[in-house]
Amino acid sequence: MVKVEFLGPIQKEALELEIKNLNELAAILQKDEEVKEWLESCAVAVNDTLVSSLEQPLKDGDKISLLPPVCGG
Amino acid sequence: MLSLYDGALDVPKLLKEWYEAEATSNYGAYIPFVGTVRSEDGIEGLSFDIYEPILHSWFDAWQQKAKEKGAIIKMAHSRGDVMLHESSYIAAVFSPKRRVALEFIDEFVEDFKASAPIWKYDLIDGKRVYAKDRSTAIQGSGILGEKK
Repeated sequence: MVKVEFLGPIQKEALELEIKNLNELAAILQKDEEVKEWLESCAVAVNDTLVSSLEQPLKDGDKISLLPPVCGG
Repeated sequence: MLSLYDGALDVPKLLKEWYEAEATSNYGAYIPFVGTVRSEDGIEGLSFDIYEPILHSWFDAWQQKAKEKGAIIKMAHSRGDVMLHESSYIAAVFSPKRRVALEFIDEFVEDFKASAPIWKYDLIDGKRVYAKDRSTAIQGSGILGEKK
């Protein structure tokens, strides 16, 4: 089981999913009407490290975070 | 050093503390940047969410870069609401010579804007409205989107 959390302005409760890699997450979220519009502009972190590939394998207990566009200061 | 505060920053206090902490560290330059909330488009203020684990690792990487040039960075940022003419952000670089600090503060603040995991909202009629048009997608964003 991995946990998926949506940060900042994405108004969505965290999900717990049985998935083995980020490709599976992409397929699930692309069908989610609440999140779909954010996917093109979100960065993805696994266990608080940003990742650049969907091939990233996932293991039980991993935390995935979706980070929408930022603006500090 | 990275410090986060609930609400507006106490600018004179922080600048003084940072100055005093490094007064005898033999830095020739102390260059602070203070960000102040401006009145525009009828907003009452700004509000911020921060994702702290990634903010800390982002900051630590910059501190390491600064160290390689003999410099140090200090930064403070607000969580939650900050009203007009208050400050939500201070960054400062201390370095042996001025040129390093002048260049570093520019690079650091630009990357902060593009990469630090902080989300900004306008406060309008007491409600938070995500500042989408002023926000920047973090480098590498979009991998979960549909393949084109």
